[in-house]
Amino acid sequence: MYKKAVLSLLAFCLASSSLVVNSQEKVRLGSPLSQEDLEGFDLIAAPDGSGFPAGSGTAQDGKAVYDINCAVCHGINGEGTTNNTVIVGGDIQSEGPPLRTVGSYWPYASTVFDFIRRAMPATAPKSLTDKQVYQVTAYVLFMNGIIQEEMELNADNLPTIKMPNADGFIDRSHIQ
Amino acid sequence: MPNKIFDKVAGNGLISRRHLLEISAAGLGMAASNSVLGADSGFNLEIPGWSRTPGPGPSAYGNRSPHTENFQRMTGFQNPTYPGGGSSRSPLQYLQGTITPNSLHFERHHAGVPDIDPVGHKLVINGLVRQPLAFSYEDLLKYQMVSRVYFLECSGNSGALLRGETGGTAQSLHGLVSCAEWTGIPLSTLLDEAGVLPDARWIAAVGADAASMGRSVPIEKALDDVMVALYQNGEPVRPGQGYPMRLFCPGWEGNISVKWLTQIKLTRGPAQFRDETSKYTDTLPDRSSYQFTFPMGTKSLITSPSGEMTLNQSGIYQVTGIAWSGSGRINRVEVSADGGQTWADADIQGHQLEKAVTRFTIPWEWNGGTAILQSRATDSRGNVQPTRSAVIADRGTVSTYHNHCIQSWEVNNTGEVINIYV
Repeated sequence: MYKKAVLSLLAFCLASSSLVVNSQEKVRLGSPLSQEDLEGFDLIAAPDGSGFPAGSGTAQDGKAVYDINCAVCHGINGEGTTNNTVIVGGDIQSEGPPLRTVGSYWPYASTVFDFIRRAMPATAPKSLTDKQVYQVTAYVLFMNGIIQEEMELNADNLPTIKMPNADGFIDRSHIQ
Repeated sequence: MPNKIFDKVAGNGLISRRHLLEISAAGLGMAASNSVLGADSGFNLEIPGWSRTPGPGPSAYGNRSPHTENFQRMTGFQNPTYPGGGSSRSPLQYLQGTITPNSLHFERHHAGVPDIDPVGHKLVINGLVRQPLAFSYEDLLKYQMVSRVYFLECSGNSGALLRGETGGTAQSLHGLVSCAEWTGIPLSTLLDEAGVLPDARWIAAVGADAASMGRSVPIEKALDDVMVALYQNGEPVRPGQGYPMRLFCPGWEGNISVKWLTQIKLTRGPAQFRDETSKYTDTLPDRSSYQFTFPMGTKSLITSPSGEMTLNQSGIYQVTGIAWSGSGRINRVEVSADGGQTWADADIQGHQLEKAVTRFTIPWEWNGGTAILQSRATDSRGNVQPTRSAVIADRGTVSTYHNHCIQSWEVNNTGEVINIYV
Protein backbone atom coordinates (compact mmCIF):
# COMPACT_ATOMS: atom_id res chain seq x y z
CA MET A 1 0.00 0.00 0.00
CA TYR A 2 2.71 2.44 1.10
CA LYS A 3 4.90 1.47 -1.83
CA LYS A 4 2.02 2.06 -4.23
CA ALA A 5 1.38 5.51 -2.78
CA VAL A 6 5.05 6.48 -3.14
CA LEU A 7 5.03 5.31 -6.73
CA SER A 8 1.96 7.34 -7.60
CA LEU A 9 3.45 10.39 -5.89
CA LEU A 10 6.61 9.92 -7.92
CA ALA A 11 4.56 9.59 -11.12
CA PHE A 12 2.66 12.75 -10.22
CA CYS A 13 5.88 14.71 -9.65
CA LEU A 14 7.31 13.54 -12.97
CA ALA A 15 4.14 14.52 -14.78
CA SER A 16 3.98 17.95 -13.11
CA SER A 17 7.62 18.75 -13.75
CA SER A 18 7.32 17.87 -17.42
CA LEU A 19 4.31 20.21 -17.69
CA VAL A 20 6.31 23.03 -16.14
CA VAL A 21 9.20 22.45 -18.53
CA ASN A 22 6.82 22.56 -21.49
CA SER A 23 5.24 25.84 -20.53
CA GLN A 24 8.66 27.45 -19.99
CA GLU A 25 9.90 26.27 -23.33
CA LYS A 26 6.89 27.46 -25.30
CA VAL A 27 7.65 27.74 -29.00
CA ARG A 28 7.52 31.36 -30.16
CA LEU A 29 8.61 31.59 -33.76
CA GLY A 30 6.54 34.44 -35.20
CA SER A 31 8.58 37.13 -36.96
CA PRO A 32 7.68 40.68 -35.94
CA LEU A 33 6.05 42.81 -38.66
CA SER A 34 5.94 46.58 -39.03
CA GLN A 35 3.00 48.57 -40.39
CA GLU A 36 5.07 49.06 -43.56
CA ASP A 37 5.35 45.30 -44.03
CA LEU A 38 1.58 45.05 -43.92
CA GLU A 39 0.87 47.69 -46.56
CA GLY A 40 -0.24 46.05 -49.75
CA PHE A 41 -0.81 42.76 -47.90
CA ASP A 42 -3.68 43.62 -45.55
CA LEU A 43 -6.51 44.38 -48.02
CA ILE A 44 -9.43 44.21 -45.56
CA ALA A 45 -11.65 47.29 -45.94
CA ALA A 46 -14.27 47.29 -43.19
CA PRO A 47 -17.42 49.26 -42.29
CA ASP A 48 -15.52 51.10 -39.53
CA GLY A 49 -13.46 52.79 -42.26
CA SER A 50 -10.33 50.79 -41.57
CA GLY A 51 -8.29 49.50 -44.48
CA PHE A 52 -9.41 51.93 -47.19
CA PRO A 53 -6.51 53.11 -49.34
CA ALA A 54 -5.81 56.61 -50.62
CA GLY A 55 -7.54 57.64 -53.81
CA SER A 56 -11.04 58.38 -55.01
CA GLY A 57 -13.37 57.88 -57.95
CA THR A 58 -16.75 58.79 -59.42
CA ALA A 59 -19.40 56.74 -61.19
CA GLN A 60 -18.85 58.91 -64.28
CA ASP A 61 -15.29 57.61 -64.49
CA GLY A 62 -16.31 54.16 -63.33
CA LYS A 63 -18.46 53.38 -66.34
CA ALA A 64 -15.50 52.87 -68.68
CA VAL A 65 -13.70 50.64 -66.16
CA TYR A 66 -16.88 48.67 -65.58
CA ASP A 67 -17.64 48.23 -69.28
CA ILE A 68 -14.19 46.78 -69.93
CA ASN A 69 -13.74 44.62 -66.81
CA CYS A 70 -17.15 43.77 -65.40
CA ALA A 71 -19.91 43.94 -68.03
CA VAL A 72 -18.97 40.63 -69.66
CA CYS A 73 -20.38 38.79 -66.60
CA HIS A 74 -22.53 41.39 -64.85
CA GLY A 75 -24.18 42.86 -67.97
CA ILE A 76 -23.85 46.40 -69.28
CA ASN A 77 -26.42 47.66 -66.74
CA GLY A 78 -25.66 45.21 -63.92
CA GLU A 79 -28.51 42.98 -65.02
CA GLY A 80 -26.25 39.92 -64.93
CA THR A 81 -25.61 37.07 -67.33
CA THR A 82 -26.48 34.32 -64.82
CA ASN A 83 -28.61 34.18 -61.65
CA ASN A 84 -25.53 34.81 -59.58
CA THR A 85 -24.19 37.86 -61.40
CA VAL A 86 -27.13 40.28 -61.10
CA ILE A 87 -25.87 43.27 -59.11
CA VAL A 88 -28.49 45.94 -59.80
CA GLY A 89 -32.17 46.20 -58.95
CA GLY A 90 -34.48 43.96 -56.97
CA ASP A 91 -36.71 44.70 -54.02
CA ILE A 92 -36.30 42.76 -50.79
CA GLN A 93 -40.03 43.25 -50.03
CA SER A 94 -41.24 42.12 -53.45
CA GLU A 95 -43.88 39.44 -53.78
CA GLY A 96 -42.40 36.07 -54.62
CA PRO A 97 -38.74 35.27 -54.18
CA PRO A 98 -36.90 38.60 -53.84
CA LEU A 99 -34.07 39.46 -56.22
CA ARG A 100 -31.15 40.06 -53.88
CA THR A 101 -28.49 42.36 -55.32
CA VAL A 102 -25.95 44.90 -54.08
CA GLY A 103 -28.77 47.47 -54.11
CA SER A 104 -31.57 45.41 -52.58
CA TYR A 105 -29.64 43.21 -50.13
CA TRP A 106 -26.08 44.17 -49.25
CA PRO A 107 -26.00 45.87 -45.85
CA TYR A 108 -22.66 47.71 -46.15
CA ALA A 109 -21.08 49.81 -48.92
CA SER A 110 -17.65 48.86 -47.56
CA THR A 111 -18.27 45.27 -48.66
CA VAL A 112 -18.65 46.36 -52.28
CA PHE A 113 -15.23 48.01 -52.29
CA ASP A 114 -13.63 45.23 -50.24
CA PHE A 115 -14.95 42.45 -52.46
CA ILE A 116 -14.13 44.16 -55.77
CA ARG A 117 -10.62 45.00 -54.65
CA ARG A 118 -9.79 41.47 -53.52
CA ALA A 119 -11.87 39.17 -55.69
CA MET A 120 -12.88 40.94 -58.91
CA PRO A 121 -12.77 40.71 -61.86
CA ALA A 122 -13.16 36.96 -61.39
CA THR A 123 -10.70 36.10 -64.17
CA ALA A 124 -8.02 38.50 -62.89
CA PRO A 125 -8.59 39.43 -59.23
CA LYS A 126 -6.52 42.30 -57.80
CA SER A 127 -5.71 43.61 -61.28
CA LEU A 128 -7.56 46.93 -60.78
CA THR A 129 -5.82 49.92 -59.24
CA ASP A 130 -7.24 51.35 -56.01
CA LYS A 131 -8.52 54.31 -58.01
CA GLN A 132 -10.31 51.97 -60.42
CA VAL A 133 -11.85 50.09 -57.48
CA TYR A 134 -13.23 53.40 -56.11
CA GLN A 135 -14.57 54.20 -59.59
CA VAL A 136 -16.25 50.83 -60.14
CA THR A 137 -17.68 50.84 -56.61
CA ALA A 138 -19.15 54.28 -57.29
CA TYR A 139 -20.61 53.08 -60.60
CA VAL A 140 -22.24 50.00 -59.04
CA LEU A 141 -23.73 52.13 -56.25
CA PHE A 142 -24.88 54.70 -58.82
CA MET A 143 -26.56 52.06 -61.00
CA ASN A 144 -28.46 51.01 -57.88
CA GLY A 145 -29.61 54.58 -57.25
CA ILE A 146 -27.69 54.81 -53.98
CA ILE A 147 -25.32 57.69 -54.86
CA GLN A 148 -25.19 60.48 -57.42
CA GLU A 149 -23.18 60.06 -60.60
CA GLU A 150 -20.76 62.85 -59.73
CA MET A 151 -20.10 61.86 -56.11
CA GLU A 152 -16.38 61.44 -55.50
CA LEU A 153 -16.03 58.31 -53.35
CA ASN A 154 -13.04 58.12 -51.02
CA ALA A 155 -11.82 56.49 -47.82
CA ASP A 156 -13.79 58.94 -45.67
CA ASN A 157 -17.22 59.00 -47.27
CA LEU A 158 -17.50 55.49 -48.70
CA PRO A 159 -17.95 53.69 -45.34
CA THR A 160 -20.63 56.21 -44.30
CA ILE A 161 -22.99 55.46 -47.21
CA LYS A 162 -26.18 53.91 -45.88
CA MET A 163 -27.36 50.95 -47.92
CA PRO A 164 -31.13 50.39 -48.45
CA ASN A 165 -31.14 47.04 -46.60
CA ALA A 166 -28.72 48.12 -43.85
CA ASP A 167 -31.27 47.39 -41.12
CA GLY A 168 -32.47 44.13 -42.67
CA PHE A 169 -30.20 41.73 -40.80
CA ILE A 170 -30.53 39.87 -37.51
CA ASP A 171 -27.15 39.18 -35.91
CA ARG A 172 -27.04 35.62 -34.60
CA SER A 173 -23.34 35.56 -33.72
CA HIS A 174 -24.13 35.14 -30.01
CA ILE A 175 -25.37 31.61 -30.76
CA GLN A 176 -22.12 29.68 -30.62
CA MET B 1 -33.48 -19.08 -40.09
CA PRO B 2 -35.59 -17.63 -42.92
CA ASN B 3 -38.74 -18.41 -40.94
CA LYS B 4 -37.49 -16.78 -37.77
CA ILE B 5 -39.74 -13.98 -36.53
CA PHE B 6 -37.70 -11.12 -35.10
CA ASP B 7 -39.15 -8.80 -32.44
CA LYS B 8 -40.29 -5.57 -34.03
CA VAL B 9 -39.66 -2.30 -32.22
CA ALA B 10 -41.51 0.08 -34.52
CA GLY B 11 -43.91 0.01 -37.41
CA ASN B 12 -43.28 -1.44 -40.86
CA GLY B 13 -40.49 -3.85 -39.98
CA LEU B 14 -37.92 -2.16 -37.73
CA ILE B 15 -36.26 -4.91 -35.71
CA SER B 16 -35.01 -4.80 -32.13
CA ARG B 17 -31.31 -4.12 -31.76
CA ARG B 18 -31.18 -7.25 -29.59
CA HIS B 19 -31.23 -9.23 -32.80
CA LEU B 20 -28.30 -7.41 -34.41
CA LEU B 21 -25.76 -10.15 -33.66
CA GLU B 22 -28.14 -12.96 -34.50
CA ILE B 23 -28.89 -11.40 -37.87
CA SER B 24 -25.29 -10.81 -38.82
CA ALA B 25 -24.27 -14.26 -37.56
CA ALA B 26 -26.97 -15.80 -39.70
CA GLY B 27 -25.70 -13.89 -42.69
CA LEU B 28 -29.10 -12.48 -43.45
CA GLY B 29 -28.02 -8.86 -43.54
CA MET B 30 -28.24 -7.64 -47.11
CA ALA B 31 -26.83 -4.47 -48.45
CA ALA B 32 -29.16 -2.48 -50.61
CA SER B 33 -27.75 -2.88 -54.06
CA ASN B 34 -27.06 -0.24 -56.58
CA SER B 35 -24.54 -0.29 -59.38
CA VAL B 36 -21.51 -0.71 -57.11
CA LEU B 37 -20.78 -4.32 -57.92
CA GLY B 38 -23.56 -5.23 -60.30
CA ALA B 39 -25.69 -8.34 -59.94
CA ASP B 40 -24.84 -10.94 -57.30
CA SER B 41 -22.67 -13.47 -59.08
CA GLY B 42 -23.32 -16.19 -56.48
CA PHE B 43 -20.71 -18.40 -54.84
CA ASN B 44 -17.82 -19.93 -56.72
CA LEU B 45 -15.70 -22.02 -54.42
CA GLU B 46 -12.94 -22.84 -56.91
CA ILE B 47 -9.50 -21.43 -56.02
CA PRO B 48 -9.38 -18.14 -57.95
CA GLY B 49 -6.58 -17.11 -60.31
CA TRP B 50 -5.25 -14.40 -57.99
CA SER B 51 -4.43 -17.10 -55.46
CA ARG B 52 -2.15 -18.76 -57.99
CA THR B 53 0.05 -15.86 -59.16
CA PRO B 54 2.10 -13.40 -57.06
CA GLY B 55 0.79 -9.87 -57.34
CA PRO B 56 2.75 -6.64 -57.76
CA GLY B 57 5.05 -5.62 -54.90
CA PRO B 58 4.87 -2.63 -52.59
CA SER B 59 4.25 0.77 -54.15
CA ALA B 60 5.32 4.31 -53.29
CA TYR B 61 1.80 5.65 -53.16
CA GLY B 62 -1.28 3.54 -52.62
CA ASN B 63 -4.20 3.35 -55.00
CA ARG B 64 -7.64 1.96 -54.33
CA SER B 65 -8.98 -1.18 -55.93
CA PRO B 66 -10.12 -0.67 -59.52
CA HIS B 67 -13.38 -2.24 -58.35
CA THR B 68 -14.12 0.82 -56.21
CA GLU B 69 -13.04 3.46 -58.69
CA ASN B 70 -16.63 4.44 -59.32
CA PHE B 71 -16.72 5.95 -55.82
CA GLN B 72 -16.27 9.48 -57.06
CA ARG B 73 -17.09 12.97 -55.90
CA MET B 74 -19.86 14.60 -57.87
CA THR B 75 -18.67 17.88 -59.33
CA GLY B 76 -20.90 20.71 -60.49
CA PHE B 77 -20.73 22.38 -63.87
CA GLN B 78 -18.02 24.94 -64.42
CA ASN B 79 -19.47 28.40 -64.90
CA PRO B 80 -17.42 30.81 -67.06
CA THR B 81 -18.47 33.73 -64.85
CA TYR B 82 -17.13 31.89 -61.80
CA PRO B 83 -13.72 30.46 -62.72
CA GLY B 84 -12.69 27.71 -60.31
CA GLY B 85 -15.85 28.24 -58.26
CA GLY B 86 -18.23 25.45 -57.27
CA SER B 87 -18.33 22.32 -55.18
CA SER B 88 -17.84 18.58 -55.22
CA ARG B 89 -19.91 16.22 -53.10
CA SER B 90 -18.86 13.16 -51.08
CA PRO B 91 -20.35 9.81 -52.19
CA LEU B 92 -21.99 9.23 -48.80
CA GLN B 93 -23.94 6.18 -49.93
CA TYR B 94 -20.73 4.29 -50.75
CA LEU B 95 -18.86 5.08 -47.53
CA GLN B 96 -18.94 3.38 -44.14
CA GLY B 97 -17.68 4.26 -40.68
CA THR B 98 -17.27 7.94 -39.92
CA ILE B 99 -14.02 9.15 -41.52
CA THR B 100 -14.16 10.47 -45.07
CA PRO B 101 -11.11 9.56 -47.19
CA ASN B 102 -9.23 12.74 -48.10
CA SER B 103 -9.68 12.10 -51.81
CA LEU B 104 -13.47 12.02 -51.34
CA HIS B 105 -13.89 14.86 -48.83
CA PHE B 106 -16.32 17.45 -50.19
CA GLU B 107 -14.95 20.68 -51.62
CA ARG B 108 -16.27 24.20 -52.06
CA HIS B 109 -14.09 26.77 -53.76
CA HIS B 110 -14.78 30.42 -54.53
CA ALA B 111 -11.98 31.01 -57.02
CA GLY B 112 -10.42 27.61 -57.60
CA VAL B 113 -7.60 25.81 -55.79
CA PRO B 114 -4.43 27.92 -55.58
CA ASP B 115 -1.14 26.21 -56.37
CA ILE B 116 0.72 27.22 -53.20
CA ASP B 117 4.43 26.72 -52.64
CA PRO B 118 4.65 26.46 -48.83
CA VAL B 119 8.03 28.21 -48.88
CA GLY B 120 6.35 31.34 -50.24
CA HIS B 121 3.31 31.15 -47.96
CA LYS B 122 2.95 33.23 -44.80
CA LEU B 123 0.41 33.34 -42.01
CA VAL B 124 0.12 36.93 -40.77
CA ILE B 125 -1.51 37.97 -37.50
CA ASN B 126 -2.18 41.69 -37.27
CA GLY B 127 -4.74 44.26 -36.18
CA LEU B 128 -5.46 44.69 -32.47
CA VAL B 129 -2.41 42.82 -31.21
CA ARG B 130 0.62 43.89 -29.20
CA GLN B 131 2.98 42.73 -31.98
CA PRO B 132 1.96 41.83 -35.55
CA LEU B 133 3.64 38.56 -36.54
CA ALA B 134 4.32 36.44 -39.63
CA PHE B 135 4.72 32.68 -39.46
CA SER B 136 6.23 30.47 -42.15
CA TYR B 137 4.93 26.97 -42.77
CA GLU B 138 8.19 25.59 -41.44
CA ASP B 139 7.79 27.66 -38.24
CA LEU B 140 4.31 26.31 -37.66
CA LEU B 141 5.37 22.68 -38.03
CA LYS B 142 7.45 23.12 -34.86
CA TYR B 143 4.51 24.01 -32.63
CA GLN B 144 2.74 21.57 -30.35
CA MET B 145 -0.36 20.30 -32.15
CA VAL B 146 -3.67 18.73 -31.24
CA SER B 147 -5.67 16.13 -33.17
CA ARG B 148 -9.46 16.04 -33.17
CA VAL B 149 -12.09 14.30 -35.26
CA TYR B 150 -14.59 16.84 -36.61
CA PHE B 151 -17.26 16.96 -39.26
CA LEU B 152 -17.25 19.76 -41.79
CA GLU B 153 -20.49 20.74 -43.52
CA CYS B 154 -21.14 23.43 -46.10
CA SER B 155 -24.00 25.65 -44.97
CA GLY B 156 -25.58 25.08 -48.38
CA ASN B 157 -25.78 21.32 -47.82
CA SER B 158 -29.27 19.82 -48.18
CA GLY B 159 -30.62 23.09 -49.57
CA ALA B 160 -32.23 21.00 -52.32
CA LEU B 161 -34.82 19.79 -49.81
CA LEU B 162 -36.01 23.33 -49.14
CA ARG B 163 -36.12 23.99 -52.88
CA GLY B 164 -38.26 20.85 -53.21
CA GLU B 165 -36.00 19.24 -55.80
CA THR B 166 -37.24 15.84 -56.88
CA GLY B 167 -35.15 12.68 -56.95
CA GLY B 168 -31.51 12.65 -55.97
CA THR B 169 -29.07 10.55 -54.00
CA ALA B 170 -27.52 10.88 -50.56
CA GLN B 171 -24.54 12.34 -52.41
CA SER B 172 -26.36 14.80 -54.66
CA LEU B 173 -28.68 16.04 -51.90
CA HIS B 174 -26.43 15.88 -48.82
CA GLY B 175 -22.86 15.29 -50.02
CA LEU B 176 -21.49 18.60 -48.73
CA VAL B 177 -20.63 17.00 -45.38
CA SER B 178 -17.52 15.01 -44.52
CA CYS B 179 -15.58 14.04 -41.42
CA ALA B 180 -11.84 13.82 -40.78
CA GLU B 181 -9.19 13.85 -38.10
CA TRP B 182 -7.74 17.35 -38.18
CA THR B 183 -4.34 18.09 -36.66
CA GLY B 184 -3.07 21.57 -36.07
CA ILE B 185 -2.12 24.35 -33.71
CA PRO B 186 -4.76 25.82 -31.41
CA LEU B 187 -5.31 29.33 -32.76
CA SER B 188 -5.19 30.59 -29.16
CA THR B 189 -1.49 29.63 -29.03
CA LEU B 190 -0.63 31.89 -31.97
CA LEU B 191 -2.94 34.70 -30.83
CA ASP B 192 -1.31 34.57 -27.42
CA GLU B 193 2.10 34.97 -29.03
CA ALA B 194 0.93 38.10 -30.88
CA GLY B 195 -0.77 39.41 -27.71
CA VAL B 196 -4.49 40.10 -28.18
CA LEU B 197 -5.47 43.63 -27.09
CA PRO B 198 -8.60 44.04 -24.92
CA ASP B 199 -10.60 45.80 -27.67
CA ALA B 200 -10.38 42.82 -30.02
CA ARG B 201 -13.80 41.15 -30.25
CA TRP B 202 -13.55 39.42 -33.65
CA ILE B 203 -10.96 37.99 -35.98
CA ALA B 204 -11.07 38.40 -39.76
CA ALA B 205 -9.58 35.36 -41.49
CA VAL B 206 -8.45 35.57 -45.12
CA GLY B 207 -7.31 32.87 -47.54
CA ALA B 208 -4.59 33.04 -50.19
CA ASP B 209 -6.88 31.95 -53.03
CA ALA B 210 -7.63 34.26 -55.97
CA ALA B 211 -10.78 35.50 -54.20
CA SER B 212 -8.89 36.19 -50.95
CA MET B 213 -11.99 34.68 -49.38
CA GLY B 214 -12.59 36.10 -45.94
CA ARG B 215 -14.76 35.36 -42.91
CA SER B 216 -15.12 36.90 -39.46
CA VAL B 217 -15.12 34.80 -36.28
CA PRO B 218 -16.03 36.01 -32.78
CA ILE B 219 -13.04 36.11 -30.41
CA GLU B 220 -14.70 33.69 -27.96
CA LYS B 221 -14.71 30.94 -30.57
CA ALA B 222 -11.26 31.90 -31.86
CA LEU B 223 -9.83 31.40 -28.36
CA ASP B 224 -11.86 28.24 -27.74
CA ASP B 225 -11.54 25.27 -30.11
CA VAL B 226 -10.49 26.89 -33.42
CA MET B 227 -7.25 25.55 -34.87
CA VAL B 228 -4.87 26.25 -37.71
CA ALA B 229 -5.07 22.81 -39.32
CA LEU B 230 -1.97 21.46 -41.05
CA TYR B 231 -2.87 17.78 -41.34
CA GLN B 232 -6.00 15.91 -42.35
CA ASN B 233 -6.26 12.20 -41.58
CA GLY B 234 -2.53 12.10 -40.93
CA GLU B 235 -1.24 13.69 -44.14
CA PRO B 236 -0.67 17.34 -44.96
CA VAL B 237 -3.98 19.03 -45.76
CA ARG B 238 -4.59 18.57 -49.48
CA PRO B 239 -4.71 21.55 -51.88
CA GLY B 240 -8.49 21.26 -52.23
CA GLN B 241 -8.78 21.54 -48.43
CA GLY B 242 -6.41 24.47 -47.98
CA TYR B 243 -2.80 23.33 -48.32
CA PRO B 244 -0.60 24.29 -46.63
CA MET B 245 -3.00 25.36 -43.85
CA ARG B 246 -6.59 26.18 -43.13
CA LEU B 247 -8.58 27.65 -40.31
CA PHE B 248 -10.81 25.04 -38.71
CA CYS B 249 -13.83 26.17 -36.67
CA PRO B 250 -15.37 22.96 -35.26
CA GLY B 251 -19.10 22.52 -35.67
CA TRP B 252 -19.60 25.74 -37.62
CA GLU B 253 -20.71 26.29 -41.20
CA GLY B 254 -17.93 25.09 -43.50
CA ASN B 255 -17.26 28.39 -45.25
CA ILE B 256 -15.91 29.92 -42.03
CA SER B 257 -13.05 27.38 -41.88
CA VAL B 258 -11.06 29.52 -44.31
CA LYS B 259 -8.75 27.50 -46.55
CA TRP B 260 -5.24 28.53 -47.65
CA LEU B 261 -5.21 30.68 -44.50
CA THR B 262 -2.83 33.62 -44.85
CA GLN B 263 -4.14 36.36 -42.55
CA ILE B 264 -5.82 36.70 -39.18
CA LYS B 265 -6.69 40.28 -38.28
CA LEU B 266 -7.94 41.11 -34.79
CA THR B 267 -10.77 43.64 -35.00
CA ARG B 268 -13.50 45.32 -32.94
CA GLY B 269 -16.33 44.23 -35.21
CA PRO B 270 -16.88 41.79 -38.05
CA ALA B 271 -15.28 42.77 -41.36
CA GLN B 272 -18.64 42.23 -43.14
CA PHE B 273 -17.06 40.28 -45.98
CA ARG B 274 -19.10 39.40 -49.08
CA ASP B 275 -19.40 35.80 -47.86
CA GLU B 276 -21.02 36.80 -44.55
CA THR B 277 -23.43 39.43 -45.94
CA SER B 278 -24.46 38.73 -49.52
CA LYS B 279 -23.90 34.99 -49.13
CA TYR B 280 -24.43 32.50 -46.29
CA THR B 281 -27.21 34.66 -44.82
CA ASP B 282 -30.83 33.48 -44.66
CA THR B 283 -33.73 35.68 -45.68
CA LEU B 284 -36.89 34.94 -43.69
CA PRO B 285 -40.55 35.19 -44.75
CA ASP B 286 -40.76 38.77 -43.37
CA ARG B 287 -37.66 39.57 -45.47
CA SER B 288 -35.35 40.23 -42.59
CA SER B 289 -32.27 38.03 -42.84
CA TYR B 290 -30.33 35.95 -40.34
CA GLN B 291 -26.63 36.78 -40.35
CA PHE B 292 -23.80 34.83 -38.69
CA THR B 293 -25.62 31.52 -38.27
CA PHE B 294 -22.62 29.57 -37.06
CA PRO B 295 -23.22 26.10 -35.51
CA MET B 296 -24.61 23.59 -37.99
CA GLY B 297 -27.88 22.03 -36.85
CA THR B 298 -28.42 18.62 -35.27
CA LYS B 299 -28.80 16.32 -38.24
CA SER B 300 -28.85 12.76 -39.48
CA LEU B 301 -29.27 10.99 -42.77
CA ILE B 302 -29.82 7.38 -43.81
CA THR B 303 -27.08 6.56 -46.33
CA SER B 304 -28.32 3.03 -47.06
CA PRO B 305 -30.89 2.34 -48.31
CA SER B 306 -30.92 5.78 -49.93
CA GLY B 307 -31.98 7.59 -53.08
CA GLU B 308 -31.59 5.73 -56.37
CA MET B 309 -30.66 2.41 -54.76
CA THR B 310 -32.86 -0.63 -55.40
CA LEU B 311 -33.84 -3.38 -52.97
CA ASN B 312 -33.83 -6.57 -55.00
CA GLN B 313 -35.94 -8.72 -52.71
CA SER B 314 -37.94 -8.47 -49.53
CA GLY B 315 -36.12 -9.48 -46.36
CA ILE B 316 -33.79 -8.06 -43.80
CA TYR B 317 -31.62 -5.01 -44.49
CA GLN B 318 -29.25 -3.01 -42.36
CA VAL B 319 -30.44 0.56 -42.32
CA THR B 320 -27.38 2.73 -41.70
CA GLY B 321 -26.51 6.38 -41.78
CA ILE B 322 -24.62 9.28 -40.25
CA ALA B 323 -25.51 11.89 -37.65
CA TRP B 324 -23.75 15.03 -36.44
CA SER B 325 -24.32 18.25 -34.52
CA GLY B 326 -22.46 21.55 -34.47
CA SER B 327 -23.45 22.00 -30.83
CA GLY B 328 -22.23 18.81 -29.19
CA ARG B 329 -22.16 15.04 -29.50
CA ILE B 330 -24.88 12.81 -30.91
CA ASN B 331 -26.76 11.17 -28.05
CA ARG B 332 -29.44 9.31 -29.94
CA VAL B 333 -30.65 8.49 -33.43
CA GLU B 334 -34.14 7.16 -34.05
CA VAL B 335 -35.31 5.53 -37.25
CA SER B 336 -38.81 5.24 -38.69
CA ALA B 337 -39.97 2.99 -41.52
CA ASP B 338 -43.49 4.36 -41.67
CA GLY B 339 -42.86 8.01 -42.48
CA GLY B 340 -42.48 9.17 -38.89
CA GLN B 341 -45.53 7.56 -37.26
CA THR B 342 -43.44 5.23 -35.08
CA TRP B 343 -39.76 5.38 -34.18
CA ALA B 344 -37.12 2.98 -32.86
CA ASP B 345 -33.70 3.74 -31.38
CA ALA B 346 -30.87 2.86 -33.74
CA ASP B 347 -27.64 1.32 -32.53
CA ILE B 348 -24.61 3.62 -32.46
CA GLN B 349 -21.78 2.02 -34.42
CA GLY B 350 -18.42 3.32 -33.19
CA HIS B 351 -17.65 6.56 -31.41
CA GLN B 352 -19.81 9.49 -30.35
CA LEU B 353 -17.43 12.45 -30.42
CA GLU B 354 -18.15 16.16 -30.06
CA LYS B 355 -18.87 17.84 -33.41
CA ALA B 356 -18.01 14.67 -35.31
CA VAL B 357 -19.94 12.25 -37.46
CA THR B 358 -21.52 9.32 -35.60
CA ARG B 359 -22.72 6.26 -37.50
CA PHE B 360 -25.95 4.49 -36.65
CA THR B 361 -27.50 1.25 -37.77
CA ILE B 362 -30.69 -0.74 -37.24
CA PRO B 363 -31.99 -3.93 -38.83
CA TRP B 364 -35.18 -3.67 -40.84
CA GLU B 365 -37.35 -6.26 -42.52
CA TRP B 366 -38.77 -5.02 -45.81
CA ASN B 367 -42.04 -6.76 -46.55
CA GLY B 368 -42.01 -5.77 -50.20
CA GLY B 369 -44.55 -2.98 -49.77
CA THR B 370 -44.17 0.77 -49.60
CA ALA B 371 -42.06 2.10 -46.75
CA ILE B 372 -40.80 5.55 -45.84
CA LEU B 373 -37.46 5.53 -44.08
CA GLN B 374 -36.45 8.48 -41.91
CA SER B 375 -33.87 9.17 -39.22
CA ARG B 376 -33.97 11.74 -36.41
CA ALA B 377 -30.96 12.78 -34.34
CA THR B 378 -30.79 14.20 -30.82
CA ASP B 379 -27.60 15.84 -29.54
CA SER B 380 -26.06 16.20 -26.08
CA ARG B 381 -27.74 19.57 -25.59
CA GLY B 382 -31.16 18.04 -26.24
CA ASN B 383 -31.52 19.55 -29.74
CA VAL B 384 -33.76 17.32 -31.85
CA GLN B 385 -33.59 17.24 -35.65
CA PRO B 386 -36.75 18.89 -37.03
CA THR B 387 -39.08 17.77 -39.80
CA ARG B 388 -38.96 19.55 -43.14
CA SER B 389 -42.34 21.19 -42.52
CA ALA B 390 -41.13 22.51 -39.15
CA VAL B 391 -38.05 24.04 -40.80
CA ILE B 392 -40.16 25.65 -43.52
CA ALA B 393 -42.69 26.97 -40.97
CA ASP B 394 -39.81 28.45 -39.00
CA ARG B 395 -37.79 30.17 -41.74
CA GLY B 396 -39.50 29.74 -45.10
CA THR B 397 -37.78 28.84 -48.34
CA VAL B 398 -36.45 32.17 -49.63
CA SER B 399 -33.00 31.02 -48.48
CA THR B 400 -31.82 27.46 -48.37
CA TYR B 401 -28.65 27.60 -46.27
CA HIS B 402 -28.46 25.85 -42.89
CA ASN B 403 -31.10 23.20 -43.53
CA HIS B 404 -30.97 20.24 -41.16
CA CYS B 405 -34.40 18.71 -41.68
CA ILE B 406 -35.28 15.03 -41.68
CA GLN B 407 -34.77 13.26 -45.01
CA SER B 408 -37.51 10.89 -46.23
CA TRP B 409 -36.60 7.98 -48.50
CA GLU B 410 -39.53 6.09 -49.95
CA VAL B 411 -39.04 2.43 -50.78
CA ASN B 412 -41.75 1.66 -53.32
CA ASN B 413 -43.21 -1.78 -54.02
CA THR B 414 -40.65 -2.46 -56.73
CA GLY B 415 -37.81 -1.76 -54.30
CA GLU B 416 -36.76 1.59 -55.76
CA VAL B 417 -35.60 4.13 -53.18
CA ILE B 418 -36.69 7.69 -53.91
CA ASN B 419 -36.30 11.09 -52.27
CA ILE B 420 -39.79 12.22 -51.27
CA TYR B 421 -41.45 14.92 -49.19
CA VAL B 422 -43.97 13.81 -46.57
